[in-house]
Amino acid sequence: MNGMTVIVKTISSWVKVLIIVFGVYIVLFGHLTPGGGFAGGVILASSYVLLMLAFGRRFVEDNLPLSLASKLDCLGAFLFMIIALLGFAYGGAFFANFLYRHYLPGDRFALISAGTIPLSNMAIGLKVGASLFLVILTLSVFRPSSDEPGGRGV
Amino acid sequence: MAYALCFLLFVIGLYCVVVKKNMVKIVIGIMVMEYAVNIFLIMIGYRAGGRAPIAAADDVLAGGGLSDLFVRSCVDPLPQALVLTAIVISLGSLALMISICIRTYERYGTFDITEIRRLKG
Amino acid sequence: MIVPLPAFIAVPLTAAFVLPVFGRRGRSAATLLANIVTISLLFMAVSSLNQSRSYEVGRWPIPLGINLVLDGLSGLCLATIAIVACGAMLFSASYMERYTAKCKFYSLFMLMVAGMNGVVLSGDLFNLFVFLEIASIASYALVGFGTGPEELEASFKYMVLGSIGSLFVLFGVALIYGNTGSLNMAYVSRAINESSFTPAVGFALSLFIAGFGLKAALVPFHAWLPDAHPSAPAPISAMLSGVLIKALGVYALARIVFNVFGISVPVAWVLVALAVLSMVAGAFLAIGQWDLKRLMAYSSISQLGYCVLGIGLGGLIIASGGSGRQMTWASLAILGGLFHLANHAVYKSLLFLTSGSIEMATGTRQMSRMGALAERMPLTRAACSIGSASIAGIPPFSGFWSKLVLVIAAVGAGYYWVAAIIVFVSLCTLIMYLKVHRYVFLGEPAGGQEKLDRVVEPRGSMAVAVLMLACLCVLMGLLLLPAVRAVVLDPAAEVLTSGLDYSRRLTGL
Repeated sequence: MNGMTVIVKTISSWVKVLIIVFGVYIVLFGHLTPGGGFAGGVILASSYVLLMLAFGRRFVEDNLPLSLASKLDCLGAFLFMIIALLGFAYGGAFFANFLYRHYLPGDRFALISAGTIPLSNMAIGLKVGASLFLVILTLSVFRPSSDEPGGRGV
Repeated sequence: MAYALCFLLFVIGLYCVVVKKNMVKIVIGIMVMEYAVNIFLIMIGYRAGGRAPIAAADDVLAGGGLSDLFVRSCVDPLPQALVLTAIVISLGSLALMISICIRTYERYGTFDITEIRRLKG
Repeated sequence: MIVPLPAFIAVPLTAAFVLPVFGRRGRSAATLLANIVTISLLFMAVSSLNQSRSYEVGRWPIPLGINLVLDGLSGLCLATIAIVACGAMLFSASYMERYTAKCKFYSLFMLMVAGMNGVVLSGDLFNLFVFLEIASIASYALVGFGTGPEELEASFKYMVLGSIGSLFVLFGVALIYGNTGSLNMAYVSRAINESSFTPAVGFALSLFIAGFGLKAALVPFHAWLPDAHPSAPAPISAMLSGVLIKALGVYALARIVFNVFGISVPVAWVLVALAVLSMVAGAFLAIGQWDLKRLMAYSSISQLGYCVLGIGLGGLIIASGGSGRQMTWASLAILGGLFHLANHAVYKSLLFLTSGSIEMATGTRQMSRMGALAERMPLTRAACSIGSASIAGIPPFSGFWSKLVLVIAAVGAGYYWVAAIIVFVSLCTLIMYLKVHRYVFLGEPAGGQEKLDRVVEPRGSMAVAVLMLACLCVLMGLLLLPAVRAVVLDPAAEVLTSGLDYSRRLTGL
């Protein structure tokens, strides 16, 4: 896949920055405005979809290799579990919002408030973005005029 | 009345899964059923003339609770959280279904389920 | 040792996120980690038997928050899941070497175990649905793990029907929320039983029975099982047939019908009818099969009918106004059903693991192409004989005791036709496993003597797993001893016979 014309490539390399910033905004402000981890993660993944359509699949694979995306995926989920376990250690129950209750209540409607919820949003945003990137990139390998249809059944 | 329309959409999706022969159309039928259940779940939380359950600065009392007017006029936020979760689950399910369809096309050469019938008995 | 309840879900879930990092070169480290996790789950589950507590996640009190509830029925299911997961994981250490993505297999396996533990522990209806979907989606991926053409076809069929079942459950949860205003099982139970039974709530109950019945493969909804279970790799067949259809199907059905809605006569008759249909249809369809794993899959349908029959019969006696002597027959029937659930998990997973050994040794699943394997695979033959004797109900193996309890309960309560059907289906089960032994282990080698000489007995971790499950088959009959029964089975039966006390205990009224 070679991608599209020069005009599309130039514009999309500018627009990609806007999309990523917008996705990070949705993730970070998830406790104040609608959105949160999942919606922000989908927007982050869609910036890579734009790159894949404009530049071609090989460019995106060199930019963010599949193995690195897989490790980011596991890292995001692992961070989420760490936050839950910290709630168990410091707050008394699993997933307890220990930051809000004991350490850092924060002001209402400010960015730093609501305890562990922004941290959970960030972990989920990382995981969902990496997962959707992997899914779309893996599904795009399909070539309709493929060789033999025989499978390697075990 | 609107609930009956949701149920009609669910039945349309079920009809699509049962009758159609193309694998991708069956997957689309399952997605239509999914949308019908999500819409039903949101409509259950609806309150006529309500506003979005997002508190602004003047909906919060000084002591820390929510003002009574806000609670009495906003729609129920719990079904919206349930629908978010259900949408994420259906995304994962859809990704798996489409990848199985693609791999099956690579093995059998067709999307027609009447020809994909090696398992019998 | 008091194990915090979220640990049952958090430990396999964390393992599922850590395992894909290992890659191809860290395969042995991944195997070691996965086995450590399943063995520790086994210890945690056994130490949580005969306890009754509720854990509020995030320290939000119910009904604002989600709680995890451990009582007798959950404890029994947790122990069963842990035992079968341990056996299947030990077996897959050598069996899965033939597949390329072994670490991803372990990750999906751990996700499935975490989902099943979540279904069994959940005290909230929507949380039950979420964990149901986690376990189901992991199992759809695992059925098609070999990515051969038949595996993919089976996985697609399983996936379409499984998704429809989950959507029925979600629709039911939505209706329940609209009618009662709460999602917590205890509060829903209180709301339904204090007001009248509106048609919407009745429709939600029928949606639940259809959805969970589809997950449990009861007979009108069984179409996915004979394709999915044979096509999966052998340890996954063991897990699917042994615990997945029980944790997602029978447990959820029992919990919803007995503890949330309250048992009533028409619902109990529906359960008994579905169970009898499953028993008879499964047995008849299995006898004519020539594919070894397909025969075992149909016999799973039949045996699951026994579990639902025990539970349905007990519910029928309770709902028909039983008191005094009738209640002992009801609790005996429910005890028989739950004991059969645990038994079937152990011996069906043993049978599927031995069929995996046979498939690995001979390269085929068709019984007409095997023969005279007894001289080359003595351990597999002994294990398969123990499993077949258990499932057919031959004393002193475990299957005999649970079927005996069911027959005694049916006769004592006056349902003689039910007892006759139980004995008849046991005879059919004996016939089908005699067929397995005749064509697989005895007789003439179908491929000729040279092909037979290349057959080799599986060794190492596969043998250990098979031995462990075979010993359990023999020892499970001891669960009926009064001292052991009071710890394992009686609390589970007590949860179902006392029905609506679940909600009274949790809401404090």
